Amino acid sequence: MNAKSGKGFGILVTFCIMILFWLLLSGIFDAFHIIAGIICSAIVAFISHDLLVRGKGEKMLSKSFRFFIYIWWELWQIVLANFDVAYRVLHPKMPIDPRIIEFDTSLRSDFALVTLANSITLTPGTITILVEPERGKFWVHAIAKKPADALLVDKTMQSKVAGVFMEW
Amino acid sequence: MIEIFLAIALLIAFTILLSLYRAVLGPGVFNRVAAVSVIGTKTIVLLVIIGYYFERPLFFDISLLYAILNFIGTLAFAKYLERGEVWS
Amino acid sequence: MVVIDVIVTFFLAAGIFFMFTGVIGLLRLPDFYTRLHATGKCDTLGEVLIIVGLLLDHIYNYVYLLPEAPLSVKLVPVKLIFLIVFIFLANPTATHAIMKAAYKTGVKPWKKGDARM
Repeated sequence: MNAKSGKGFGILVTFCIMILFWLLLSGIFDAFHIIAGIICSAIVAFISHDLLVRGKGEKMLSKSFRFFIYIWWELWQIVLANFDVAYRVLHPKMPIDPRIIEFDTSLRSDFALVTLANSITLTPGTITILVEPERGKFWVHAIAKKPADALLVDKTMQSKVAGVFMEW
Repeated sequence: MIEIFLAIALLIAFTILLSLYRAVLGPGVFNRVAAVSVIGTKTIVLLVIIGYYFERPLFFDISLLYAILNFIGTLAFAKYLERGEVWS
Repeated sequence: MVVIDVIVTFFLAAGIFFMFTGVIGLLRLPDFYTRLHATGKCDTLGEVLIIVGLLLDHIYNYVYLLPEAPLSVKLVPVKLIFLIVFIFLANPTATHAIMKAAYKTGVKPWKKGDARM
């Protein structure tokens, strides 16, 4: 019963997203194009609905709302810290000191791990190398001591992502 | 005002020329793959600017498609270099 | 000289500055992993800033000043926003994928004091 309702829900959500993309990208609203869009979206939704929607999570609405707020904080961090990498590259003495660090987190779901890995790669100073999903372990390459400490000692980004997805 | 876009497009073409140095010379295959991914990223922006300057709204769709192709190409390269095969 | 022209020029100048920083990092840094730092981040942000500048210019010239334009011209900002979201998701993932491939194949990282590789 659980699997069947998840499948129908997945097909419906995928179909709605595909129709929305079709209408927004084409801009033509006569009968032929809308019917062609419905047929193509239905075929795509039947074949590959499980790539986009996985199961039925609980509390999706509050998670989406907190995720939306998290994105704006992250954009500000990206702009702020890209000046740091520009300083390191353009300085005549090039103060870099690269190292590889590893740490554990308390996140277990797919979407939370992907969000944290993307945030680590986008904020300058660190890039994710390997993720192990069973224990939430991250291997990260850092370019100097200051960004590495911001991940190992302060743990601001991990606590914010755990706060969004409620997986402390 | 519209000439500023043309100047930006020329500067981007100059940076593509600079990154060809790493694509030809870089020791090993990984440096070359990274440089080709950079050239693909800059091509997307160049397409959008040229489409805006010559007033052809079709170029925005082409750049969206090329962004997807560049991403999948880099992923296929990375998978092949890591495992020795792309589809097991 | 309208206010919107100054804002658009500011975005374009910032974007091209970050792109140049990315390419100079590609040429100057001593190791493969550090080169990926420079290109994977500065390139993404520079691109997004240039496309945002173009988006503002398009909205001002074609949607606000000409209200009788056809609908396919008014929907161009939506396509550019799709492009921005896709670049923010795709570029870091491609960077991470190729760095994982290099780490598992055994490319050695550079420590301070080594020769340039």
